[in-house]
Amino acid sequence: MPVFSDPANFDMYVSGFMWILKMTGASAVLALVLGVLLAAMRVSPVPVLRWFGAAWVNIFRNTPLTLIIFFCYFGLYATLSISLSDDIDLNNFWLGVIGLSVYTAAFVCEALRSGINTVPAGQAEAARAIGLTFSQTLRIVVLPQAARAVIAPLGSVLIALCKNTTIVGTIGLLEASNIMKQLINDNGDQVILIFLVFAGTFAAVLIPVGYLFGWLANRLAVKR
Amino acid sequence: MSGNPVLYDHPGPRARIRNLALTVVFGLLILAVLYWVYRKFDEKGQFAAILWEPFLKAATWNNFIIPGIEGTLKAAATAMVFALAFGLIFSVGRLSEHRWISVPAGIVVEFFRAVPLLLMIFFISYGVPFLIQKPVPPFWSVVIGLTLYNGSVLAEAFRAGVYSVPRGQSEAAYAVGMRKSLVMRHILVPQAARAMLPVIVSQLVVLLKDTALGYIVSYPELLQLGVNVLSANYGNVVAAAIVVAVIYIIVNFALTSLANYLDRRSQRRGIRPRAIDPGAAMGGGGAAAGA
Repeated sequence: MPVFSDPANFDMYVSGFMWILKMTGASAVLALVLGVLLAAMRVSPVPVLRWFGAAWVNIFRNTPLTLIIFFCYFGLYATLSISLSDDIDLNNFWLGVIGLSVYTAAFVCEALRSGINTVPAGQAEAARAIGLTFSQTLRIVVLPQAARAVIAPLGSVLIALCKNTTIVGTIGLLEASNIMKQLINDNGDQVILIFLVFAGTFAAVLIPVGYLFGWLANRLAVKR
Repeated sequence: MSGNPVLYDHPGPRARIRNLALTVVFGLLILAVLYWVYRKFDEKGQFAAILWEPFLKAATWNNFIIPGIEGTLKAAATAMVFALAFGLIFSVGRLSEHRWISVPAGIVVEFFRAVPLLLMIFFISYGVPFLIQKPVPPFWSVVIGLTLYNGSVLAEAFRAGVYSVPRGQSEAAYAVGMRKSLVMRHILVPQAARAMLPVIVSQLVVLLKDTALGYIVSYPELLQLGVNVLSANYGNVVAAAIVVAVIYIIVNFALTSLANYLDRRSQRRGIRPRAIDPGAAMGGGGAAAGA
């Protein structure tokens, strides 16, 4: 592997995937928290919260991620002057994480909501009958059952999130896809090898993760 | 929707007060954030008439936004047709009983599903020119990338759809003497395609959104023309991005609603595939009698 035997190129490869990994981790946590909150809002008794959740989902789910990331840069950073770090790479990283999180949260919310719909109505009715409040019903009875039903969809959301992190390259972060572009331009004789290494890294991680989630979903499914 | 489990009781006097308080507090919070954003935008002069005026002129729409929409739709439509063909071929390939067909088809589908679309578009537009010794037009790098990715996703969806067709259908077809290929073409695929219609339409939304990646390889689609080129002419990046976002949201919202409608319709007719949503068959619907 002539390209990657050059330590400088190999370091670029590693740093590109480190950004991917960091963005996936940070956005996954943020998106999960936001998504759970949004899902709770969408089923809550307060109309304003329901509208807010619905508006969030409809706006962010229907906008291309490229545009959202673009907006994070020009809207949040350039116009609202929200600077998240003095280091330009870290600043772009956090702007990207915000964009990815608000986008992914919409999908997490929808997955959870369909999970909540799979919980038989009798469960919530029984919870209400013994006097649990809305938040208790949701936290103790419905969400734990819904969570087990949505493991597979959430797994696909996570995989999609990991792939989507490459789009943060648009605002100048040197993540894997930008590094690949650079390596291809510098080593025109080995483009197939370069592509196979980068694509293969994604495939080697994400395909097993997909099967892992499938297995987990089967194992943890609520038997009804 | 009686299928929705009702998670809360009808509010009594105290709950009504609490809900009202929450409404007021949260509403004020949203308004405060919106006001802050408004102030900040105003400070930066983002509401200056000069930035928004271009959108009232026909020339702006004719030169930038409408060609942009055309570019987006053209790429999306072409890619959708190819993706459907790709998905059909590879799902049938993966269902084949010959291992030398099903294994390679499975590898191709799994591979392209796992590779980020942007990586593929970069490879096609920057790597392939080195191989074929001539440039790849941005349109084709976008369309090929979209086709490979969405085609693989659709292949999996079709496969799930074929599995969802009751066994009796293919057994009956074999019993009347049809061959494997005929059973696939005349019995399984048409029924699977109908059951998968909602999935196909929601994949179209994904595809339409992903054409925005064409912006990165300077294919003249909505994001490129409507935001980049337009704002280079009028210096109104944020305003242009807002207008373009609204266009995307309207189009995709309409398509999403269509997908949901088709989904509900197929659910009503009981042809919904179990493989996609294991909960749908037994969840809210079955227990709704009590609600």
